[in-house]
Amino acid sequence: MVCRIEIALKPVFSDPNGSSLHSKMQDYLKINTVHSVRVVDAYSIDHALSEEELLRVSQELLCDPVNQHFSINSPCVSNSNFSFAISVGFKPGVKDNVGGTAREAIEELLGIKLSGNVYTSKHYLLSGKVARADAEKIARELLANELIQCFEVKSASEFGTDGFGVQIQKMDIAGGGLVKEIDLNVSDKRLIEISKQRLLALSLDEMRAAKAYFTDPEVIQVRKSQGMPAAPTDVEIEVIAQTWSEHCKHKIFNAKISMKSGKKKRIVDSIFKSFVKAATHKLSKKKKWLVSVFTDNAGIIEFVPGWNVAMKVETHNSPSALDPYGGALTGILGVNRDILGCGMGAKPIFNTDVFCFADPRYSGEIPPRLFHPRRVLEGVRAGVAAGGNASGIPTVNGSLYFDDKYLGKPLVYCGTGGLMPAQIGEKKTHEKAALPGDRIFMVGGRIGKDGIHGATFSSQELHEGSPVSAVQLGDPYTQKKMVDFLLEARDLGLYNAITDNGAGGLSSSIGEMAQTSGGCILHLDRAPLKYPGLDPWEIFVSESQERMSVAVPPSKAGQFVQLARLRNVEVSDLGEFTASGRLHIMYGAKTVAYLEMNFLHNGLPQLELDAELRAPSASEPKKPESADLNADLLLLLTRPNICSKEYVIRQYDHEVQGSSVVKPLCGRNSDGPSDAGVISPLFDRKEGLVISNGLCPRFSSLDAYQMAANAADEAVRNYVAAGGSLERVALLDNFCWSDPIYSSENPEGKHKLAQLVRSCEGLYDACLAYGAPLISGKDSMKNDYRHGKWRISIPPTLLVSAIGRIEDASLAMTSDFKNEGDSIYILGKTLNELGASEYYAMKGQLGANVPKVEFRRNFALYSKLQSAIEKGLVASCHDCSEGGLAVALSESCIAGAIGASVSFQGKHGKGLTPTQLMFSESAGRFIVSVKKKDEVRFKAVMRGSDFEMIGEVRGNALEISLNNSKLVSQPMESLRAAWKKTMGW
Amino acid sequence: MPSKKSARKAAKAIKRKIVIKGKASSAKVQSGAKASQAKALFLSKAVPLAVEAKKPRCIVLSGFGLNSELELAHAFSLAGADSKIVHFSDISSGSVKLEDFEIFAIPGGWSFGDDIAGGRVLANKLKNTFKSQFDSFVSSGKPILGVCNGFQTLVKLGALPNLSGAFSQESTLTFNKSGRFEDRWVYLKPQKSACKYFEGVEFINCPVRHGEGQFVPRDPAILAQLQKQGLLALKYAGEGLKESPGYPANPNGSPLDIAGICDKSGKILGLMPHPECSVRRITFPHFTSGISHEANSIRFFRNIVKVGTGYL
Repeated sequence: MVCRIEIALKPVFSDPNGSSLHSKMQDYLKINTVHSVRVVDAYSIDHALSEEELLRVSQELLCDPVNQHFSINSPCVSNSNFSFAISVGFKPGVKDNVGGTAREAIEELLGIKLSGNVYTSKHYLLSGKVARADAEKIARELLANELIQCFEVKSASEFGTDGFGVQIQKMDIAGGGLVKEIDLNVSDKRLIEISKQRLLALSLDEMRAAKAYFTDPEVIQVRKSQGMPAAPTDVEIEVIAQTWSEHCKHKIFNAKISMKSGKKKRIVDSIFKSFVKAATHKLSKKKKWLVSVFTDNAGIIEFVPGWNVAMKVETHNSPSALDPYGGALTGILGVNRDILGCGMGAKPIFNTDVFCFADPRYSGEIPPRLFHPRRVLEGVRAGVAAGGNASGIPTVNGSLYFDDKYLGKPLVYCGTGGLMPAQIGEKKTHEKAALPGDRIFMVGGRIGKDGIHGATFSSQELHEGSPVSAVQLGDPYTQKKMVDFLLEARDLGLYNAITDNGAGGLSSSIGEMAQTSGGCILHLDRAPLKYPGLDPWEIFVSESQERMSVAVPPSKAGQFVQLARLRNVEVSDLGEFTASGRLHIMYGAKTVAYLEMNFLHNGLPQLELDAELRAPSASEPKKPESADLNADLLLLLTRPNICSKEYVIRQYDHEVQGSSVVKPLCGRNSDGPSDAGVISPLFDRKEGLVISNGLCPRFSSLDAYQMAANAADEAVRNYVAAGGSLERVALLDNFCWSDPIYSSENPEGKHKLAQLVRSCEGLYDACLAYGAPLISGKDSMKNDYRHGKWRISIPPTLLVSAIGRIEDASLAMTSDFKNEGDSIYILGKTLNELGASEYYAMKGQLGANVPKVEFRRNFALYSKLQSAIEKGLVASCHDCSEGGLAVALSESCIAGAIGASVSFQGKHGKGLTPTQLMFSESAGRFIVSVKKKDEVRFKAVMRGSDFEMIGEVRGNALEISLNNSKLVSQPMESLRAAWKKTMGW
Repeated sequence: MPSKKSARKAAKAIKRKIVIKGKASSAKVQSGAKASQAKALFLSKAVPLAVEAKKPRCIVLSGFGLNSELELAHAFSLAGADSKIVHFSDISSGSVKLEDFEIFAIPGGWSFGDDIAGGRVLANKLKNTFKSQFDSFVSSGKPILGVCNGFQTLVKLGALPNLSGAFSQESTLTFNKSGRFEDRWVYLKPQKSACKYFEGVEFINCPVRHGEGQFVPRDPAILAQLQKQGLLALKYAGEGLKESPGYPANPNGSPLDIAGICDKSGKILGLMPHPECSVRRITFPHFTSGISHEANSIRFFRNIVKVGTGYL
């Protein structure tokens, strides 16, 4: 017997969630017939509860006696109150977090075990003269994502007296436990087919390597002795596909590339080794604070003696395209687990998120299976808010970047930093090793079909057949419990090694950990499942969330299990790490995989690729001059890449953990943009952490080298602007590319690969010039969308994130002009570099003169600026990026709620036209304000670099002149209004 | 508002090494660990408490999705208490007893993911596990503080405002009027009330960050009683402590700008904003312009600690 309880707000109370949805219906669906919206929560309980029990559950748990009322087995709101009702629930097998909590709470309240789950759905009651088509549109485009949710629309009369009835979405799968053999001793054609059909994403060469292994007589002999067939099982094939996936092995970054540029040709043996790793290697002697780089889930650096910081930035693009909310949520929780699984485990202390979307005001056609960019933005925002806020991790910094080339695949970069004691007892926490004999424990959530093939899926372009199983919903609560428990277990010394279950699930986490011990024997039938019916291969590769793998010495296993039970965290002993040299997987009494560790991890053939750089045929526009600088400045301030992001930022918790120093919004009214986040995570230390990002994808259409150089420069520039120490800056690289492998279907492949090589060179040069080692990175190489006539590729995009130390957090710097009468300085050089600028984009132009980063000059300037900030000589500091000088000045004014009077007398920007001076995006520049009393000392510190006093903080307007002729004159209200308009949702 | 100078002075006065007291039980774990701060805070096994002269012991609850225990424990330590973070299940299992403490604090967070309603499931769990210990703590008159999710929990437990004395729920905290979670700094003005924790505290400047902070009384009579009996301890105020500031200074649309309430004894206080995040100068949004009010927040915590000291 199934029961249902419905909960609604009492009619006298207004419904904020309903109202918020109501305004969205008007705002972005343009549906004005709905008069009001009320939301009902429905709980369907798969257990025969008595009437008395149902009453208790309603009164004591589900219904708030103050402002809600409930009904049992009937609708809570009668159909006379609305014209249409929409019910939205989860599809079978999709994680229902509230349902899970409700089950736990009901069981505790009644002191019984329920025979089945609790399923939640929401009913949206629309009043007004609503057409059915509109109700359906609302359901489809606002309320439900049909990939993971199902909806039902009922008119009032259809709703009747029973409403939506009981809503149970049980995962009913028969069977399970099956193992198939897959014959690889077949033709090349068939090998390709197998790879395609099973979504293995393996190339012919890779399939051939697998075939060679399984047809090796020695291997066959060994397999025979274990009772294994010569042909691989599906478990084995899947493990190989996961381990060898682009996602896990970064095949393109490790490929041998033949690079052609003009008439020159050269071989680059692995861009990862040649540039990324090489940069860090060259710097590592000088940077004693590097603790662990490129070996773990995240990079680890020393923060202060006794404490280390781990940081990682991940992408979660493909899932976010299909389900923006779930994709982003899962992305955040996933990178949090990378930090928890780094070394012996670090505690996440901040998140930083960077998103690239199409323009939220996009009005063109939306290709099949994709969402409107505004919906993507809202979904991702909500996902990050749920993931970060509910996990108690502050979102300290981030950015949003817009370009319609991200319509096919949004980019969702999720970064997290964690804090760990350098040592626990005698043990260094950045080292870990599973030892032979250690028990294999899986910790956290259960395994279901969700997230199968995530790793291989993200290694392909998005197409009509992309699997829905690749999308899943994270559960911050389950994860938070697990994080608390594992950090406690870490401090008690209960385990020897830990890693997260991310892409590839158990197959990848256990495969990785077994490398240190030299093998493992794992029993898949012992893994707890969400529901029956899974085949062994599915259990092994499922990416169900909130799971970590831990190596527990047998002597500690009892204590480990006991603590887990006390903390209400599920742990299961799945087997043992061994030194057998084999990945030995069992299901019941049967061996289902028996692979040599060496083959699995080193058997992947190196990819060989061709790259060819095409010189851009760009030119500067014929009439580049602005006809009206005032109007153009105001318009620039409304551009999504420049405008205020307060709407998004306010919905993120950036204060939890009590360490926030420079917040994402700063200034007089806390509404100005901050260049970087600064936190002070150790309450008894003066040092802080500075976190910033740099991203300039538009420049890649002119020069991928400069795109990367500018991104790195921007990250470092932002970092220095907030007061970060150049001695202590580390960078993280995160490449998102469109497919760089040439084929007849992808004729652009060679050029894109060449751009990748060039961008790596740009990054390498920047790292060496700034003395900033790379400590962790990630690449996502198939950010394309293909469907019928549609082909959308992202622009080559490199996110560079900076993390490092500010020696005294109380000297942190913000971008707001602070005091009337302070002098304003421009630091750096403005050049004729409007190419690929925001200004040109606004004019529909690309131009040719991409900003070129002068590393050496910039580094000298940055060092001096750091010193000036440390000496307390700077009142405000803001970096110049999108929109150039005019926008940077406007932002410092808006943040400070005060005007500025600026005049250029021909020295700075000599020879530039007014438009170039105002909007050029040359790298390495800052707008700084200095108190009059500090000017002499400030100038003395800055001597030798490009700097010039250009005006004064004053009044209630921004006035800019060049050689005494007025360029810009805008009252503060207009600047503020323009800047806040676009996303003033 | 106090001048910048006096705020600075006060900040200087509290600028001293902060150590969070409370020793963990396992000597093995403690040995050699430089990271004693995090350790002491994360470990919460059965503990023979280190008794320091005249320091009341403050228990800060953790677990099941609560997440602000570290900073709340820090604020209490700074104010002179011996703070200890204790996992919920260590109380329900009986290894830690509330009676060994003089102050009980429930921090903010997302207990049980805020599923069903913020604080609801945690309140139920408390009822089902250590209600009698909690009741004794309440009747002993020792201070109890609930911040954000902790406030929601106390309200849903019926411990606040508890006009009837029967611990039945008389009010609730529900979704912000805006329908959005919001993070912003606010000004709080203590009211004439039964609560003594605001003596000498002209105002508090601290962040709010919640989606369910709108205070809703069961009926107008409850609200009238709260006013009449002086249980509206704390209200949102605008800049310059302006009354009835409207949104966003009142971020959630609570009637009468209610930010926090107390019970009749004045010993149980719940509030949505986070004063524990405003005890350090450098976390104030305008500290780079020389503006911060950490002395006020610390004074608030000191007042609680002072009351707690009376129970030693």
